[in-house]
Amino acid sequence: MSSTLRLLGLSHHVAPVELRERVALDLEDAGALAHRLAAPGGEAVCLSTCNRTELYLVGVEEEAALDALGADSELAEVLYRLGDEGAALHLFRVAAGLDSMVPGEGEILGQVRAAHDAGAPGPVLDRVFRQAVHVGKKARSETAIAESPSSVSSAAAALAQQVFGNLAGRKVLVIGAGKAAELAARSLAARGASIATVASRNLSSAEALAGRFDSGAAGLEAVPAAVGDVDIVVSSTRASGFVLERGHVADRRGRPLFLIDIAVPRDLDPLINELEGCYLYDIDDLEAVVEESLAGRRREAARAETLASEEADRFHAWLLSRDVVPAIASLRAHAERIRTGELERAESRLGRLSEHERRAVESITAQIVNKLLHLPTVRMKEAAATADGAMYASALEHLFGLEDDRR
Amino acid sequence: MAELLFWPAFLAYGEAAVAYFGNTRRPGLAGRLGTWGVRVGWVVQTGLLAVQAGRSDGFPWATWAGSLNLFVWLVVGAYLIWGCRPRYRLLGLAIMPLAALLFALARIGGGTGTEGHSGYSDVFLVLHVGLVLAAFAGFTLAAALSGLYLWQERRLKSGAAGVLRLRPPSLMTLETLAGRTVVVALPALTLGVAVGFLRLGERGGRFDALMAVTLLTWAVYGVYLLARYELGWRGRRAAYIALLGFLLVITVRLALPATHFA
Repeated sequence: MSSTLRLLGLSHHVAPVELRERVALDLEDAGALAHRLAAPGGEAVCLSTCNRTELYLVGVEEEAALDALGADSELAEVLYRLGDEGAALHLFRVAAGLDSMVPGEGEILGQVRAAHDAGAPGPVLDRVFRQAVHVGKKARSETAIAESPSSVSSAAAALAQQVFGNLAGRKVLVIGAGKAAELAARSLAARGASIATVASRNLSSAEALAGRFDSGAAGLEAVPAAVGDVDIVVSSTRASGFVLERGHVADRRGRPLFLIDIAVPRDLDPLINELEGCYLYDIDDLEAVVEESLAGRRREAARAETLASEEADRFHAWLLSRDVVPAIASLRAHAERIRTGELERAESRLGRLSEHERRAVESITAQIVNKLLHLPTVRMKEAAATADGAMYASALEHLFGLEDDRR
Repeated sequence: MAELLFWPAFLAYGEAAVAYFGNTRRPGLAGRLGTWGVRVGWVVQTGLLAVQAGRSDGFPWATWAGSLNLFVWLVVGAYLIWGCRPRYRLLGLAIMPLAALLFALARIGGGTGTEGHSGYSDVFLVLHVGLVLAAFAGFTLAAALSGLYLWQERRLKSGAAGVLRLRPPSLMTLETLAGRTVVVALPALTLGVAVGFLRLGERGGRFDALMAVTLLTWAVYGVYLLARYELGWRGRRAAYIALLGFLLVITVRLALPATHFA
């Protein structure tokens, strides 16, 4: 079988960021590059993300691709080169998030789809990219690879959901105005929670962050009073002592309070966790949850690998069948021409037949041709699946003179 | 026919119980199989009850074992209201082994055949037995929800690293559903008991131990609602009261039948 699909690429597995950034392209440039490479009858799609730049090519010379990519010898050395089934399997693993830093991360599937849309795919790349998107969706729906959180902020939000369910309308008090507090607040806000107050020692910092969430700002002294009105507390300050102590949390009449302390040293008195309905997670707790959930993702990755591998086999079979399909089609067309030609030649002798008898003759001759060709067609398809398809196709074309037909 | 229907229903409930356990080890296919087991089992048991009703010339579930059969059907039916959703599969782990066990007891006691019926009027029995059993089914569901609440609450409190591996419904959802279930079940019990006492007053009869424990059960769930909605006793305390009430339900269903059904 001739090599049809080729992959040239590099990723975080083989190249440090200093190399990756040299060939990193935004979507528009990646699309333009693909169209340039595919111009004279080829196919090309360029997938470029922060972790990888990959060119999927059909009918395009490697040298031309390397030139277009601007790859020097240093880059050329680390590039991986895969063909046909290997390239397809790689793409399926990428789409399923199996090649990502965090197994199952969701962004890559959208990037694969966007690269396909922006690129210049033909029949082969169209097929392999559509299959990749299918694998990506299947891996996420049939395994739990993408279910668990992969960062401290998303773990905090997922835990809050375990307490409250839907976070829509839940009020959040953010203590501290640094990056970590903002990240956790954003993760909660993305799930529908409302940031009620940002409290910080530096009021102007609190106001700046509060402005981004359209919430109120206050100094740290307002924290004990503010706790009574909120459902979730996120704290990340550089205070040396506790910002919120057990005594500050009044009886909440059964209303739960979820507290996230991502500060070191800790901002929130651990004794708060002993109060009924209060759930306090510090940075160690959250990191342990993330580590466990990543381990879970890695376990699920084994199942997703099987899915990707099965799809790669399917693609392989399809690719192989492409070798024999034209030969089968030519053979059938050839046989049909002979049948209709012979019927035309016998026209003078068949002239006396009624319309009904003529249709019967048409039907019988068509059945004879179909029966004769049935077994060779089946055998050809079987041969295609065992990689002998090209040889069989060539033999068929030679034996029946199909090359002449094609010309 | 009724006997023929018992086994597929029992096997389906058993399969659901085992599958739900498997789902805790590896969520996914086992959970789906469990849900299908519940569905199939309940449909078959519905057929069994229909056959019993068709063959009987009176109320067919008036015996202790017969009422247990009906009770299981009500419990599983109530579970099915939410049970098909993946997050409620852990609730199925609490419900289905109990359902399978009680269903087996119903058969051992002869409650899945077509023989037994009562001399009492059908209207009285439908109202009294139907309402009391529906209430008990609700309390059983509320207890399962409360048990699940306490388990998940403890995991969240302890900061267990694997707390997100198995995700039941949120604490607030479990707590709210348990409360709503009791809100529906308690009036049903009130009506069912009232019908029973009315008849006791009309025809005369002995006040037995089962009646006493049923009244105590009513009081416990009354306190539950009062504490929950008036005193703000949510969460753990409310869950403990619901479980206490369920202990009484089980006592009424299993330990004291002879005093009443005889």
